[in-house]
Amino acid sequence: MDYAAVVLLEIIYMIAFLALTSAGLAVVFGMMRVINLAHGEFVMIGGYTTIACAKADINIYFAMLVISPLVVGILGLLVERLVVRHLYGRMIDTMLATWGLSLLMVGIITFIFGNTAVSVPAPIPGYELGEFQMGGYNLFIIGIATLLIICMWLVMRFTRLGLVARGAMQSADVASSLGYDPKRVYMWTFTVGAALSGLAGGVLAPLTGLLPSSGGAYIAKAFITVITGGAAVITGTLSSSVIFGTINQLVSFGSTPVIGEIVMLAFAVVLLRLMPQGITGRFFRNAP
Amino acid sequence: MSFSRRQFLAGTGSAGLTALGATIPFEMVLAQGAPIKLGSILDNSGNLDAYGKPMVMATTLAAEEINAAGGLLGRKIQVVQYDSQSDIALYTKYAQQLTRDDKVDVTHGGITSASREAIRQTFHRANSLYFYNVLYEGGVCDRNIVCTGTTPAQAVEPIVEVALKQWGNTAYVLAADYNYGQITSKWLTHYITKGGGKVLQTNFFPLDVSDFGSTIAKIQQEKPKFVVAALVGGAHMSFFRQWAASGMNKKIPLCSTTFGVGNEHLALSAAEGDGILIAGNYSQENTNPANKDFLAKWGKRFGNTKLVHEIAVSQYQGIMLWAACVKKAGSLDREKMLAAIESGVSIQGPGGTVTLDPKTHHAILDINVMEVKNQKLTIKQQFKARPPSDTLQFCDLQKNPKDNKQYEVKI
Repeated sequence: MDYAAVVLLEIIYMIAFLALTSAGLAVVFGMMRVINLAHGEFVMIGGYTTIACAKADINIYFAMLVISPLVVGILGLLVERLVVRHLYGRMIDTMLATWGLSLLMVGIITFIFGNTAVSVPAPIPGYELGEFQMGGYNLFIIGIATLLIICMWLVMRFTRLGLVARGAMQSADVASSLGYDPKRVYMWTFTVGAALSGLAGGVLAPLTGLLPSSGGAYIAKAFITVITGGAAVITGTLSSSVIFGTINQLVSFGSTPVIGEIVMLAFAVVLLRLMPQGITGRFFRNAP
Repeated sequence: MSFSRRQFLAGTGSAGLTALGATIPFEMVLAQGAPIKLGSILDNSGNLDAYGKPMVMATTLAAEEINAAGGLLGRKIQVVQYDSQSDIALYTKYAQQLTRDDKVDVTHGGITSASREAIRQTFHRANSLYFYNVLYEGGVCDRNIVCTGTTPAQAVEPIVEVALKQWGNTAYVLAADYNYGQITSKWLTHYITKGGGKVLQTNFFPLDVSDFGSTIAKIQQEKPKFVVAALVGGAHMSFFRQWAASGMNKKIPLCSTTFGVGNEHLALSAAEGDGILIAGNYSQENTNPANKDFLAKWGKRFGNTKLVHEIAVSQYQGIMLWAACVKKAGSLDREKMLAAIESGVSIQGPGGTVTLDPKTHHAILDINVMEVKNQKLTIKQQFKARPPSDTLQFCDLQKNPKDNKQYEVKI
């Protein structure tokens, strides 16, 4: 019985992990159709920011929840202004440019922090669940991911900001004829996407530790989650996170984490073959 | 100011060599005639740099020490150092470079067993002497190689003995998913079964896995009396972190065949690391005079001794053993060197007396069973002069000098 609860908690944690790491990408790719290959590096830099702050004795929660999103958000703003905005509508060029950026960021981080694994202890102690010991920090991550999804949904669904953003993405011409500048909307969307990636990196940093090359570990899963999710940013990300998180953890428990990952990837391929437009291309079509 | 191309090349050439980590100024080497070339390939960056960086420092220290004492055979040593960046492909490339272009007299290098196997045959074919100075899974039988790190019979057997006695008879094994972890886990099973215990389950993890949540839950489901971790590298460090974060470090005891080798006990806080049991040749707490002397020299050269670890000492001892062989052979001639290696040569290293076993080209070493306490490796029990009896079961290079194989235990 306890074991079932443990498995369930690990599944929910994996779902939260996927939702968290792909939220930033979902906003940028799902809304703007910009493929940001530097997404993993945004996450990685968010993590490094948190670790650097924690080492400088800044409160770790403040670091991961405020400083990391801020730093990576500003970085995203710069990237959008200097690179991405010149390339809207040119998908291949954007991919190439952001891939170059990702290499540059790995280089810069290596230069600053060295090509060495860094980490900080998790700030929350473990707890007992029946006869099992569980990581308390996982609960925190689940909480943050839930909060994030709810906030995103509220903003998209009920605020003017969300409406304008969705409008500009659907039809830039109509939005601009109504007096909204699509360029500004794109700029802020990209910035918010980057800040979300920074948040994910900051929150996950105490759990896994980081290398300058850690971005690669995030980006593959994030892309699969977002693309399988399909057009609707929130519903799509959430539904694919649930599917992949569950499969990954169930198989991991039955065999090993490696097989878990393989099965998850194989399942993604099959799913995309059956639903080329992603899950929300077939179901929940009008969801945000 | 005129500046000829030749001057420019000489200038940049020596600058380039210094950048590569050559430890002696170019001019000094020239003054001495041809130096003895000591090649080295180590991961000075990337996932494995916690192991590699101190080994590179140890190489520098050993070479400088030998040169300060007048070199070998009246010649200075020149280190040709390559950084393999935790990338196996670079190992093969640099091994070719060392044997073909640099034409080194000996190579001391390789960290993971995968990297060793990637380059061993290159040196074997080129008849270029190769020292592998890292603890490993044992069984390599090749007259061209000398292995100076501990093998399972030396370090795994004592730790299994202590664990079985202290904690009970069921174990859960976590191992890195490449030849080191796979073969070491076989030896673990062998020794645990031999000691009357049972391995409940063995899990393998590729070097980039850093999420151990499901594994930690599975371990609790199996309820072993203790856990053995043969994990490797920066990403696997997360296991120890997550283990402590869930509070398991207070519930099920943990021993490791690799912990501490990359100074993991310094990366973890005292509360996270305390109580982990390990076995190896070296602890900074060793009180023998050779260790005190070594630590003093290291501190003087690099500022502090924080980074000194098991395989940095292994590398240092390997180079010193090689130097002792060169002195004994009185020449770098291959046959004379092999004869010296097979003469039972011995040195006093920071880890105690190190003697080369003529049959296997492995080292006979002192072993300490240690416990992590307050970010230090405290010695609990010492075993003097343990032979590499695992490799000895299969390997006799004096009888079969042409042998070129890695033997594994059958279970």
